[in-house]
Amino acid sequence: MKTIYTDLLSIGAGLAGERVAVEAAAAGFDSICLSIVPPRRSHSSAAQGGMQASLGNCAMGSGDCPDVHFQDTVKGSDWGCDQEVARLFANTAPIAVREMAFWGIPWNRVVPGQSTYYKGGKQYEKVEPEDREGLITARDFGGTAKWRTCYTSDGTGHTLLYTMDNKAVELGVTVHDRMEAISLIHDGQTCTGVVARCMKTGALRVYLAKATLIATGGYGRIYRETTNAVINDGGGSIIALDTGIVPIGNPEAVQFHPTGIVPTHILVTEGCRGDGGTLLDVNEKRFMHEYEPEKAELASRDVVSRWMTHHIREGHGVPSPYGDHLWLDIRHLGADHIKTKLREVEEICNNFLGVDPITQLIPVRPAQHYTMAGVRTNKDGAAYGLKGLFSAGEAACWDMHGFNRLGGNSLAETIVAGRIVGKKIVEFLEGYEVRFDTAIIKDRVAKDEERIEGLISCRDGNENVFEVRNAMQDELMDRVGIFRNGQNLQTAVDNLREIYARSLKVGLRSNGIGASPELSLAIKIQGMVRLAICAAYAANIRTESRGCHSREDYPARNDRDWLKRTLATWKEGDDLPVLNYEPVSETMELPPGDRGYGECRIISCDGETIGA
Amino acid sequence: MARKLTFNIFRYNPQDAESVPYTDTYELEETERMTLYIALTKIREEQDPSLIFDFCCRAGICGACAMVINGRPGLACKTLSKDLPEEIILMPLPVFKLVGDLSVDTGTWFRAMNEKVESWVHTDKEMDPTVREEPMDNALAEEIYELERCVECGCCVASCGTANMREDFVGAVALNRIARFMMDPRDERMEKEYFEIVGTDEGIFGCMGLLACEDVCPKELPLQDQLGILRRKMGWSAVKHLFRFGKG
Repeated sequence: MKTIYTDLLSIGAGLAGERVAVEAAAAGFDSICLSIVPPRRSHSSAAQGGMQASLGNCAMGSGDCPDVHFQDTVKGSDWGCDQEVARLFANTAPIAVREMAFWGIPWNRVVPGQSTYYKGGKQYEKVEPEDREGLITARDFGGTAKWRTCYTSDGTGHTLLYTMDNKAVELGVTVHDRMEAISLIHDGQTCTGVVARCMKTGALRVYLAKATLIATGGYGRIYRETTNAVINDGGGSIIALDTGIVPIGNPEAVQFHPTGIVPTHILVTEGCRGDGGTLLDVNEKRFMHEYEPEKAELASRDVVSRWMTHHIREGHGVPSPYGDHLWLDIRHLGADHIKTKLREVEEICNNFLGVDPITQLIPVRPAQHYTMAGVRTNKDGAAYGLKGLFSAGEAACWDMHGFNRLGGNSLAETIVAGRIVGKKIVEFLEGYEVRFDTAIIKDRVAKDEERIEGLISCRDGNENVFEVRNAMQDELMDRVGIFRNGQNLQTAVDNLREIYARSLKVGLRSNGIGASPELSLAIKIQGMVRLAICAAYAANIRTESRGCHSREDYPARNDRDWLKRTLATWKEGDDLPVLNYEPVSETMELPPGDRGYGECRIISCDGETIGA
Repeated sequence: MARKLTFNIFRYNPQDAESVPYTDTYELEETERMTLYIALTKIREEQDPSLIFDFCCRAGICGACAMVINGRPGLACKTLSKDLPEEIILMPLPVFKLVGDLSVDTGTWFRAMNEKVESWVHTDKEMDPTVREEPMDNALAEEIYELERCVECGCCVASCGTANMREDFVGAVALNRIARFMMDPRDERMEKEYFEIVGTDEGIFGCMGLLACEDVCPKELPLQDQLGILRRKMGWSAVKHLFRFGKG
């Protein structure tokens, strides 16, 4: 077995993984990133909007500071986040943005003078100050008190990822792309690396490391409809859960976006509705104003998503070969507006739908968008349960997002957490020595080889891996989606357990040789269903509504009983996770209160009911 | 009535000793708003689970799915079936090493390219996290971004006459990258240093000016202009170079 040794092994070479690797390499440690795609194809590149940092340079961001950013983040999380982490994050974000500027990001800059902007379909004026000329500017995103989202045109994630990989190349960080970690090597106390499968040749390889980092991003692909890239299928989260020791934090915390285009679920920005776009049903009639008379299409992300799903369920969706959807109508905004202010939307419609949004309707429906859930770590990024294991970025539950992530905070988390966790890993590596137990390594490799042989020879059955995956995705989308209630969640758990039994009987139809895509999926299908069960099961037990977790049968946020974080572990041989709970935050710098937007129904810590 | 599409797809799995290169044919009924991502995924999941191809973002952002579509390199995710005839021929990109079927190893190629052109800001300055960032003119930031939009999909390399003939040619992607850093005041490299990287036949002087790179670039980068500007700058550098040698 080919074995490679390194100080830091990052599973994932997106923004978070590479930022950590850059920190370790700069401190003189050997750093290797494994990635299932070439690093610059990582999903970080898809975050187009920008990243939040309270520089306060632009006119509409004037007076901004980490305190305000911290408060927005805590409120956004619906008080589900770790406030110490949110504070650390908000304080570090401006430094991280400047550091990226130093490394080469062409951030958009302040242009002095008068300019116009749109909000709620209306045009407003602003004046940028002369003395801020050329400093990093920011744009507006939902849920923030100030304009705080730093950006490079429509490609912020792309420029960040390219600049980060440039830095990684400069510092000699090794990247093994098309290499997928399929299990963690550990003795129950210490993690010492991974077994990986080469996605070019199919060969297995052992990576031994003093510190192993999980930075594989979110796992939206367990849902049928998701804005996530094809690669976001939970690789890192699965192998963490497989240890039986490392918990997934808040598996029920999943965010949806109202407007993914059908059939590919590429996201079109909320700016469409912000600028006056409307949602239409099968009869080409507006419906949002009937559910939300005051805000209509401008209600918050989760509220709009919920009513869209409801309206489709009531039979008002537009039938298509890809299932029912609704229409987004921006025709009345006019060619001038669409071609200037919503250029990306026009391009997406032209390129990926063959639709001209100036004259035609855009097919949309809600889609899974972000995984707040992840490998639970402490504030240093160290995973619970195993020494030498760390996690950062969307893969981690660090936990600055709690039950709802703000726009612009995901990209910010990758480089901020990468910076902070990277420094902590450097501290960890200095003076840390570990023993590699060859018997444990041999055992782990043998198990993985046997697993793969079993899949290829159909030892345990002939279940079609794509059908099993589809069944899981349907179950999550239909019952563990935007609207949740006890009855549906219980049904989902029951059905998913049956699907899990099927996943144990998957056998390949192809020969599995080389870069086999069928084998890649088959290796992780059991793990994907385990993540799905964790989401459904934890959602069923959490009898309250908080952030994106919205229970029809428990509409109030219940701070008396649920100001706590779910920790899901999975014992080998079981078909349900074990759930434990911990307080959401040791410190409460900002005591629980009203978010100031969305519905306000709260059962307070002392049991008082606030709101309708 | 929906069209019936016929996909003729190059097949070869180099890891399989029994595999030989051939063309496989699949039929698929066209559905509305179908892209090659939708079509190929459907073929893999419903007809042939062994079919190897790459998609990642499926939104034209990541560059993973470049292939030769009816004779022309392009991003499969950004290709609508309605813009294609009923007969569709799909081949892997040339130049790059084949992983299997429609998948090629772009990762190794681009890492080597980035190392070769030293694709990073070269500076002697130290970052001071406590001070405000250096100002930059917004128009310049946008100019840099314009060239930074490259997604390293490999279409320009696959379509390049020189790259198809000589393995060491850096390709339009690398030349565009150099142009991006030359424009960036944060990069302190002198023209001479750039010349050492691209002032050769492996670099700008290997370009035959066929400019298929610009024709096929899915991000519509201004490659023709950038190659022209770079050739002129490097040409002057070459003259200066000769002159120095002459005097020495």
